[in-house]
Amino acid sequence: MTGVLAQLAGLFVVLSLLSVGGGNGVLPDMQRAAVDQYHWLTARQFLDLFAISRATPGPGALIVLLIGFKAAGVIGALVAGISMFAPSCVIVHLAARYWDRAARSAWRELAERALAPVAVGLTLGSGIALIRGTEHDWPAYAVTAGSTLLLTLTELHPMIALAAGAAVLLAVGT
Amino acid sequence: MPTRKTRPPTNPRLRDIFAVFLRMGAMSFGGGMTSWTRREVVERRGWIDDRRFITGVGLSQISPGANGVNIAVYVGTVLHGGLGALVAVLGMLAAPVTVVLLAGGLYFGMNALPQGAWFAAALAGIGAGAIGLNLANGLRLFRRNIRRLGAIAVVVATAASLGLGVPLGWVLVVMIPASLLIAWAERSQA
Repeated sequence: MTGVLAQLAGLFVVLSLLSVGGGNGVLPDMQRAAVDQYHWLTARQFLDLFAISRATPGPGALIVLLIGFKAAGVIGALVAGISMFAPSCVIVHLAARYWDRAARSAWRELAERALAPVAVGLTLGSGIALIRGTEHDWPAYAVTAGSTLLLTLTELHPMIALAAGAAVLLAVGT
Repeated sequence: MPTRKTRPPTNPRLRDIFAVFLRMGAMSFGGGMTSWTRREVVERRGWIDDRRFITGVGLSQISPGANGVNIAVYVGTVLHGGLGALVAVLGMLAAPVTVVLLAGGLYFGMNALPQGAWFAAALAGIGAGAIGLNLANGLRLFRRNIRRLGAIAVVVATAASLGLGVPLGWVLVVMIPASLLIAWAERSQA
């Protein structure tokens, strides 16, 4: 038990520090560790928990609570949550005290500009990895493609796209 | 913490900070937290001025962590130091954590029930849709923020390497310096 808690803490502290660009980039590493390395859950369960974390309010990083819960119960959820949120929050808190002073420095503007394309790439790359990491059949591909197109080209609310996805796969009877 | 120049006109109490972020957190479906926080904290309450808020948005984007949570930490810090940050984050996460854990408990308990197959199909549909949401977020950010050739190359290389299974640490170690270099080069071009 203590071993699992240490694994949860070790994994999510590292991922917390690596979660630049909004945090989507950590999903592939998280999936590899939780599914292939530690065998806390199956690939199917990982995608299910991803779905739950997106269909409920709050940041997507809350998926770590469910992974921790599956691995080690309520204590596991607590350890996973604190490990994932505390390091990045402490960094922002400490930086907030000095950030105003750096407000017009040239390097800050450069850093913000340089990070934007990395963040976009991480968001797209995590989507690609999620598709590759689950055994998708064609109705699921169609739902992913449809929701990508709709949410890119229209102002449709994301929750409507998720509900439509559920309706489609229920109707197809996968 | 607030300097003389940017001292907020009203000094919010910790419980007010908690209440505002609790309400936002409970209704934070599908992202968009930054613009919402701005509306509540800058426009409606005047706790922070716009220039300072935009500074915080830059910080929250460049730091690790979810942008919405980072904004909460920044606003809490500016208003009330470390305690303010803690209260803002706890407020923002209180409702989502409860809902996620309830949904997770339901999920892990549901497999045993006869309705499990329906539940699984619905969840697979939500998951497939949510991957689309992820890709769409990336594409919208791309359309809005990425103009120059070098930046496009960084997007493609980052997405491809992460998507094809390169560990995140390696992707960042290579792509962040590369992107800084490219941004610097394209800046001196302009």
